[in-house]
This record gives sequence, structure tokens and C-alpha cells, in this order.
Amino acid sequence: MKNPKSAFRLETRSKRAIRNPKSVIDIDYVAKLANLPLTSSEKKTFEKQLKDVLGYVSKLQKVDTRKVEPIGHITGLVNVLREDKTRPSISQQEALANAPKTHNGFFEVDAIFEEE
Amino acid sequence: MKVDVTELTIKSASDLLAKKQIKAKELTEAFLKRAYGLNKKLNCYITISADVAQKQAEKVDKLIADNQPVGPTLGIPIAVKDMFTTRGIKTTAASRVLENYMPVYDATVISRLKEANTIFIGKTNQDAWAHGASGENSDFGPTKNPYDLIRVPGGSSSGSAAALAASTCLAATGTDTGGSIRQPAAFCNLVGLKPTYGRVSRYGIIAMASSLDAIGHFTKTVYDNALILSATAGPDSFDATCVQGAASDYTQGIHGGVKGLKIGLPREYYENLDEKIKKTILTAVKKLEGLGAKIEEVSLPHTEYGVATYYIIQPSEVSANLARYDGIRFGRDRSKFGAEAKRRIILGTYALSAGYYDAFYLKAMKVRRLIREDFLKVFRGVDVTICPTSPTLPFCLGQKVNDPLAMYLSDIYTVTANLVGVPSLNIPCGFIGHLPVGMQIIGPDFSEKLLYQVGYAYEQETKWYERKPSLA
Repeated sequence: MKNPKSAFRLETRSKRAIRNPKSVIDIDYVAKLANLPLTSSEKKTFEKQLKDVLGYVSKLQKVDTRKVEPIGHITGLVNVLREDKTRPSISQQEALANAPKTHNGFFEVDAIFEEE
Repeated sequence: MKVDVTELTIKSASDLLAKKQIKAKELTEAFLKRAYGLNKKLNCYITISADVAQKQAEKVDKLIADNQPVGPTLGIPIAVKDMFTTRGIKTTAASRVLENYMPVYDATVISRLKEANTIFIGKTNQDAWAHGASGENSDFGPTKNPYDLIRVPGGSSSGSAAALAASTCLAATGTDTGGSIRQPAAFCNLVGLKPTYGRVSRYGIIAMASSLDAIGHFTKTVYDNALILSATAGPDSFDATCVQGAASDYTQGIHGGVKGLKIGLPREYYENLDEKIKKTILTAVKKLEGLGAKIEEVSLPHTEYGVATYYIIQPSEVSANLARYDGIRFGRDRSKFGAEAKRRIILGTYALSAGYYDAFYLKAMKVRRLIREDFLKVFRGVDVTICPTSPTLPFCLGQKVNDPLAMYLSDIYTVTANLVGVPSLNIPCGFIGHLPVGMQIIGPDFSEKLLYQVGYAYEQETKWYERKPSLA
């Protein structure tokens, strides 16, 4: 973390979340992270509903997990390997078949950088 | 030959086909006709794939005419949840985001069902992205319960359960991340399996929550259920979380009975249970005791944390899996997500965001281990446990749509099997009034055969599957 101030912010945020997970979600910030367009009425409804859900799940804080390892693969599979060999796959034409916009055999996307 | 298709099971239909008393084409046409007719009433299919079904049936008739070896699911009409990627058949996950998506490959389970020469009647309705416990989160309208049209069939595999209960097919596929097969099976008087995590390949199935997703199916009888698992289970090089080990015949040992088996009743699952549902399940347990099983009370002390753990892990993984829908390679853009998907994306993104990961996801994955340890401990003392599938009977359409938390609590008895990874089988265990009740038989990792053995013994005594919905 380059900026000590933002590291501090993260830490206090985490502590706040552990102390009081009922604290309101910053919907605009989270929607931006998720790249999810929301209407203002959706934001209002979700804010209330998610507060209820967070209030409910906060009961986990009562469980003592200091000596507990988090679950990995549930039945315990580790390091599943296979031979590094090419296999037949779908064609370029098939890969592009569902794309709304293509150009010379590529997916076409809207411009990402804006002109100055 | 005149056959009442509502009376058929996979086993009896397979016998008729093998003895050449009916053609696959006739059987398929009869089920397609019912599917078209009843879909207007139930809204259980998003796509009816008549062209595909007819071609598959012609192929089956040719195999039978050529006296080729007849497999146990050859020519059997199946409905497929719209979470399963099917080459050349539209696959929507019941979401507007994928309303025009035409896959160019098959899910592993679909390839295997094709190899087994089953026949695809259509793709079934569901809660969009499998988010829900009622079917009402579908972007293509809710499905109705064939036993009572004003009630929900359960969810998220709502259409699969309704399509089978209405006898428009002889089996239906489903996905179960927190109860999405078992709860609709309970609401629609069906046998529904959530296999052990990794028993059935997830490749090509639209991912909901990858550490919880189990791929299973609905049938009318326990024996039929074992037949389908024998076709779908087994390792897959396309899914590294799928367990190794050769394919197996899950009907083997199904007649073994329950004499001497120890069945545990987890105290926490019966404490606040609706009295009528409790009585129905305990009557079923008595029946198993009468057949020679030993019944004892057991305890799963972390039960009360199941739903809370689940509603952190699941939306977190949902938000990661739904991040891929960008409208560039296939499907529409992110504005087309419905309300429930948006709610879960927001919740999950929040729980995984910097500063919150330890408090939510990591914490939940630790509690998850404690819940699993409860089960491992109990299975050192008993062979299987029996508990309710749903805290309520099928509820009315609209009853819970505006209260997400109330809807999430519908999963209270089912989410633990997903968190723990163990297999669980819903078995019909009676009716309260005109509404079906189901119970879960849960066993240790990879104990599907044992679950079938217990379920089969009970089913032979009761045959609840004979009680059909009255659909004129």
C-alpha cells in the first residue's frame, strides 16, 4: 500500500465492519466496483434490504474461530493436474457466434479511452 | 399401444421400449403434447425443443430396431434446467442478459445424457441465475405448482420440478447451491438429489457459487434417481474439482433395506419446526424404525449459523461469477440483470471489497469448517440423518417477494448440506391437506448409494409418488 492514509482507512474500515457489520453499505462505491448500473430507487430499496441481511449475518461474529482454518476444497482435493496437451476446441467462428459486434474476426468493443 | 404417460416411471417406460411395446417416437410425441398443453398453465418451460426431441427419438427407434444394446435411460424424455449449456438450444438461466444466447458446446452432463440416448423435451424455467426459493425471480414469469396453481413450486429449479410433477417428462435436471433441487422436490412430491460436491461435473453449467454448486436431478422414484446419477456422475477433465474414481452403478445395493442402520435425528432441526410438518416426518421415521432401523437423537450445534454463513459465501461467489457478463462476447449488458441478481452482486461485491474480506468471506469459510466438523462427528455415530427439507409447505405466489430475508430463510434446512459438501436426498413423505411434504436423508461424503438404499426402503412402503396432481 503506497498511501499510508488509505492503508489506515482500510484498516479502520475492516475494524468497523467486524465491530458493526450492520453499518450501511456505500451503494455507489460498491456499484462502481461491480460495474453495475443502478437506478436511484433501486439504490434506496437495496440499501434497506441489504442492511437487514447484514444485520442477520452479523451473528457469525459471535462464533470463536481464532483457531479454525478456513475451508478450501470441501472434500479435500488438492493439486489436480492433467497433461499439458492441446485438444480440439471450438472454432473462431463459433467463438464469435454470439457476439453482438465483431470486426475482422475479433470481438468489437466500445472505445475505452476518451480523447483529451 | 395406449399408455397413460402420467403413470410411467423411467423403469417402466424403459421396459416398454425394450419389449418394443411402444416406440420412442410415440412416447416422445405424447410427452411433447403434454408439455405444450400444460406449459400454458404452469409456465414450466422456457423453450420446448420439439425438433431436437423428435430427431433423438428417431435415432433411438433405429437403435432398438437394429437390436443394439438398450441402456436403462435410452429413449427417456428429460427436461433440462436452463442453467445447463446445450449446444444449439437457447440457454438463458431465465435472465434477460442471456435471452438470445445460443451455446456452441454442451455441458458435460448434457453430453453424458446424450450418450445415454435420453430425449430432451425442453429447457425449464427457474429463478434467474438460480437465485431464489420460489421460481418468482425468473425474468420470464413465475412457474406454478401443479398441486396448487396459486402456490410456488419451490426454487430455484422451479420449472424442472413442475414439469416432472405434471408428467411432461420422466426426469428433470437441476442445480442445487443451497437447496434448489431438494426444496422444489419437497414442494412437488418428487425425489430430488443434491450429490456430494464434486460427484457430478459442473462444466458447462452456468456457475452460481462455485464452492457450493452441486449438479443433480429430479425423478418420481428413488430407483429412477439412481439410474440418472449412474449416467451423469464421474470424473471430468474439464472440471478439476470433480472427484476421481470410476463411474458407478448407483442402483447397486438399492434393495438392501435399513435393518440395523443407524439414523440420526439432529435435534436443532426439529426444535422450532411447524408441528404438522414435524408429525409427518416423525411418522416417516417411525416407518423406517418399523423396518429395522435404529433411531437416535444427535446434535449439530452450529446449525443456527448455517444461513448466515451461506448468505456471505454464496453472494460473494455469485458476484465473482456474474462479473463475466459484459455483453461483449455473448449475451446482453449488465443493465439487464434483474433485481435479485443485482442485490446479490452488490452484497457479494461489498463482502469481498478491500477491508471487508476478513470480516465476511474469510470468517464465513472458518465457520463453514465448524459446521462440517459437526457433521463429520455425527457420522461417526450414525449412518445417515433425517431432517425436514423446508420449514413451510409450498407458499403462495407473491407471499415473500418483497422480503428478501424471509425468502433467504426458506433455505434454513437445506443450505448446510451445500456448506458441508455431503449428499442429500429429498424423499416425499406425505401430504398435509393437498400439499406435499418432503424430508431429507443426508449421509457422509460420497454416500449416495446408502441414501438411495434408505429412500428406496421407505418408498416401497408408502409410494407417495402415486399421488398425482389433478391437472385437467
